[in-house]
Amino acid sequence: MKALALIATVITGILLLYGTRDFPAWGDPQSPANRHLSPYYIENAVAETHVPNVVTAVLGDYRGYDTMFETVVIFCAGMAVASVLRRNKS
Amino acid sequence: MKQRLERATGQHPGDSPIIKTSVRLLVPFVQLFGLYVIVHGHYSPGGGFQGGVALGASFILLALAYDLKTSIRHFSEGANAVLANTGALIYTGVAALCAVMGGLFLDYSALDKLIPLGPIEWRSFGIFLVEVGVGLAVMSIMVSLFWDISSGGEMDEGL
Repeated sequence: MKALALIATVITGILLLYGTRDFPAWGDPQSPANRHLSPYYIENAVAETHVPNVVTAVLGDYRGYDTMFETVVIFCAGMAVASVLRRNKS
Repeated sequence: MKQRLERATGQHPGDSPIIKTSVRLLVPFVQLFGLYVIVHGHYSPGGGFQGGVALGASFILLALAYDLKTSIRHFSEGANAVLANTGALIYTGVAALCAVMGGLFLDYSALDKLIPLGPIEWRSFGIFLVEVGVGLAVMSIMVSLFWDISSGGEMDEGL
């Protein structure tokens, strides 16, 4: 069973590594993300949100859903640990 | 854990006046820096997550240098739970309020109808509100995770 799992893991790893060959080169200015989305944020973030820090503007405004559920994930983690471990002494 | 170490070495581990005094001096500045990181997230690297972790670390520092009870005395269990819930509620509440005021979910410019600051200024201020919520939630959850895991849920004696 362990050998089977190892084989499956190795094959999946090889497939994933093979898939990365199609990725654009690291930091490539001509990659789709860098041609379309990044210039928009850099050019319009200050005008649209009045936040000089583009990272904060993207995190809090353009990608607000992502940050919201990050907070919810942390909240759920804390509640889960408290409900499993904490004992009521009263 | 602590008692076993104490019996083995004959002294209270970590019970040093140097550590206690330096932590007592350090904690207010760590908390001030955490607040600064949250509030100044618009202009410099930082924001709710980083500032919240710095704030939570100050209480973890208290628990490490003194003991768990000191940490709980400064930041009670009840306040911890209330602040964690408030933080998550601020974020989702602001987002839902945007939808109620006629905009899209999380579209802060819709809050302009509530207090007229201008839609663009509201987007900046909305990010600030949300960051405060993130900071509160992250701070409380970090501290409560440390309390629970270091004491095994007993909440009386930590590391």
